[in-house]
Amino acid sequence: MSIGPVQETSATFVGMPAFPEAAREALANTQQRTNLRNATHTIRAKRASVVAEVPEWEALRVAGAQSKDEALHHLGDYLEHLEASLVANGAVVHWARDADEANRIVIDIARSKEVDEVVKVKSMATQEIELNEALEAAGINAWETDLAELIVQLGHDRPSHILVPAIHRNRTEIRDIFIREMGKVGRPAPDDLTDDPAGLAEAARVHLREKFLRAKVAVSGANFAIADTGTLVVVESEGNGRMCLTLPETLISVVGIEKVLPTWEDLGPMLQLLPRSSTGERMNPYTTMWSGVHEGDGPQEVHVILLDNGRSHVLADSVGRQALRCIRCSACLNVCPVYERTGGHAYGSVYPGPIGAILNPQLRGTASEIDQSLPYASSLCGACFDACPVRINIPELLVQLRGTVAQQGGHRAESAAMKAAAWVLSDPKRLAVAQKGATTAGRLIGGRTIRSVPGLGAWTDARDLPTPPKETFRQWWVREHDGRDGDGQARGRADGIPGSEGGLPDSDGDER
Amino acid sequence: MTAMTPRDTDLRVALFATCFNDTMWPEAPKATVRLLERLGVSVEFPMEQTCCGQMLTNTGYAGEAVPLVARFVDVFGDYDAVVAPSGSCVGSVREQHPMIARLSGDPGLASEVERVSPKVYELSEFLVDVLQVTDVGAFFPHRVTYHPTCHSLRMLRVGDRPLQLLRAVRGIDLVDLPGAEECCGFGGTFAMKNADVSVAMGTDKAQHVTDTGAEVLVAGDNSCLAHIGGILGRQRSGIRRMHLAEILASTQENPS
Ligand code: SF4
Repeated sequence: MSIGPVQETSATFVGMPAFPEAAREALANTQQRTNLRNATHTIRAKRASVVAEVPEWEALRVAGAQSKDEALHHLGDYLEHLEASLVANGAVVHWARDADEANRIVIDIARSKEVDEVVKVKSMATQEIELNEALEAAGINAWETDLAELIVQLGHDRPSHILVPAIHRNRTEIRDIFIREMGKVGRPAPDDLTDDPAGLAEAARVHLREKFLRAKVAVSGANFAIADTGTLVVVESEGNGRMCLTLPETLISVVGIEKVLPTWEDLGPMLQLLPRSSTGERMNPYTTMWSGVHEGDGPQEVHVILLDNGRSHVLADSVGRQALRCIRCSACLNVCPVYERTGGHAYGSVYPGPIGAILNPQLRGTASEIDQSLPYASSLCGACFDACPVRINIPELLVQLRGTVAQQGGHRAESAAMKAAAWVLSDPKRLAVAQKGATTAGRLIGGRTIRSVPGLGAWTDARDLPTPPKETFRQWWVREHDGRDGDGQARGRADGIPGSEGGLPDSDGDER
Repeated sequence: MTAMTPRDTDLRVALFATCFNDTMWPEAPKATVRLLERLGVSVEFPMEQTCCGQMLTNTGYAGEAVPLVARFVDVFGDYDAVVAPSGSCVGSVREQHPMIARLSGDPGLASEVERVSPKVYELSEFLVDVLQVTDVGAFFPHRVTYHPTCHSLRMLRVGDRPLQLLRAVRGIDLVDLPGAEECCGFGGTFAMKNADVSVAMGTDKAQHVTDTGAEVLVAGDNSCLAHIGGILGRQRSGIRRMHLAEILASTQENPS
């Protein structure tokens, strides 16, 4: 059964520029900025209020982090346990070292079923390995069935958010995409479609229903994989995922190895942490769990592909491995002021925002420009750490990864500047000499405002520079507290520099 | 004014001016000294101090920061308490120094850091927690809005200590800043490396400040103030930026 030519691929992230350039482009897109601001602020407020309802939230975060850490510290054991449980339940378990292996396994299974299409429930792991593109190259259409994923796919776009992949689009844009694209790949959108949400949802429902009922093979990811029971868990809001997980004859789940949880009990905290953190709901609408094959009920052939793709490399880093706790709730994106202004595309991966800034350079290494720039795509404000339900210390990891990038050589000019700064700052005598330069400048500039300095374009394009004072603090101290610092040497040094006698330097320029 | 009598005047207290304040914004450490002396604390300024190393660490040069950390514990190790007019630098001392010491592989340094860094306080912490004063006897008859800087807020968890102090200031008209907890976009070298995003964040912050109708923007970190103030200045908004210490040091007799 063929429905015509294989779809046009969505745009991919390959060859993205470094973050600052991609961000500049995104910042110029005012419609997107408005969409993002509205969406993140809405989810942020919802999350904050439902989290505040749970007095033991901090204890839950700790419990969540502990379950994941336990699984990660003994990952090999739990994976073997998971495999045994799954096999005992009638599932087939495959191991995939990288994207190519995983994609090949999926393609082989689909081919053995002689299908030219599969339906998909939204899955970060399959996006990470670019499964859709691999299937397309093999002549197999992969239909995304999550509403937001469908919008992204039909728009030949890239996801911009973990949970709300089409967060950067508004309703009118979605309507236009539906009208333009749906008919090319299945049931067209009705001619009189408006941007009314109910109408948009109905158009998607009708379009997707045909695909659900026809599909023989489905592909999913999993939010959690429980070792002791061999249970896979998918949580979602729309029920489209459940259609994929229950209707087709064959179900293929691509599961990152870090998704394993030791026991059934570990699921409890997760199912409380995840919905409140992600959508700001007390409970997610659909939780689907399946343990292997049950005759006459659901898929009769269940495949589970356990995917490494750089994860064991991340695991080897004792600090970096906390990133593998991530349950992809997207809370860190929604509170991130940088993400709010740039959107997800600038991060060059299906993992955007703060988690993307640490996960991508860890999974992919720091060879490319984009991966070198990601650890710096943060002001280190710490909002992500506070929001993270499994307590991933994202700022700490960002700083560590910056170290990795800097050690590789970083940017030569910067590295020289930092080494020079370290040399100056490691000795008060050198610091005093450097300060003399600043105060001399301060006296020359006087009360005027500095609006531009050659070489400092990035700062002075939109900001006035602070005017250096005419006297440093330590000079003032020596003047005022003669003899009380007990350090005649330093005093003598600083004394030689004339200051503005007693007056307060007007360091604010014309702001005062 | 009983609230002004500190409990522990016999503490040996050092001022950590921070290299940025020392060089660029001496008003903040000066005001800190004036304020503490007014409260009966005799504060010392060890001249051998330089910098906490935050800029190096945050840019990825933690190795280069090791001598600075060693110097820091050397210079400040003997004091009962160290006060700094910068949430960011105190955050660096308390959060990053242990990490840098660990990376240095020098167990001696690590244990020194462990001993010294808990004694380092941001100004509002020192006033409220150590001296146990919230009314410092200040007078500042202006409309003021307060920006809680990220490192004060989320690294140090200073909470509403600065606001407690500000609320007790005579004559002040303290107005809430919308979106106060959002980062201003300074972020050290972030302001240079991701200048466009930084300016976008700072511009929103500046707008919120302008919306309050305040004459003065106050914060516990001159780095953030330099950034927001730089944008407000470019917009010729006429809004002054002042460090928390300057407002707390201001009195009727000796106004800031
Ligand atoms: S890092 Fe934490 S907050 Fe961000 S998506 Fe992962 S679990 Fe959620």
